[in-house]
Amino acid sequence: MSSEANAKSMSLIVTKGTLDWAYPPFILATTAAAMGLEVTMFFTFYGLTLLKKKLDLKISTLGNPAMQMPMMGMHMALPNLVSAVPGVDGIATAMMKNLIKKKGVASIEELREMALEADVKMIACQMTMDLFEYTMDDMIEGPALGGAASYIEVATRSDINLYI
Amino acid sequence: MADQILDAKGLNCPLPILRAKKALKELPTGGTLEIQATDPGAVKDFEAFCRTTGNELVESRVDGKTYIFVIRHTG
Repeated sequence: MSSEANAKSMSLIVTKGTLDWAYPPFILATTAAAMGLEVTMFFTFYGLTLLKKKLDLKISTLGNPAMQMPMMGMHMALPNLVSAVPGVDGIATAMMKNLIKKKGVASIEELREMALEADVKMIACQMTMDLFEYTMDDMIEGPALGGAASYIEVATRSDINLYI
Repeated sequence: MADQILDAKGLNCPLPILRAKKALKELPTGGTLEIQATDPGAVKDFEAFCRTTGNELVESRVDGKTYIFVIRHTG
């Protein structure tokens, strides 16, 4: 909507691939694109898995000490320790997916599709692809391969640079 | 009466904004879009959206539990 020449721009480094952490980068990228910004997302390390054709995202209670789930009218804390119990992460994931649906929150697949439709540029980290033995055949169509230098070039001319 | 109505009730951030953007794109310049939402965060968000994109927020009101926004496509 704003003229292309003076459009603002944003770059994001996406490093995390769990269901909960997948939200901030995709929400910000789609919204910024809707507000006329040129957006580039750089997917590296565990964030790279968010580009896979088929997503099977999960959450982990481990490393999320502040996680609280609404349950039976109250909030239940899920301390790190409980993630050692078999099946707990699966239960937490199912609860989260249920909440997402109930509260009218978009799915990650939906947000990713909207990002591509809005011409958000996506760069898949070549080093991570190699490290975790992925090929572009594993990934959705749209992302380009690139490395740190590709990201830095984008970042030097972006108004907003985020690391998530 | 707006030229087009978008029902974004029950949708959470950022869906009302994303759907509104899509609808505005299809409206001719000067056309108006009414958005009905239930997300209280949408009040501040549509103000910010309009300021940033140059579209005109003609109206922002509450009707019971529904937030109603009218945007003129000027951006």
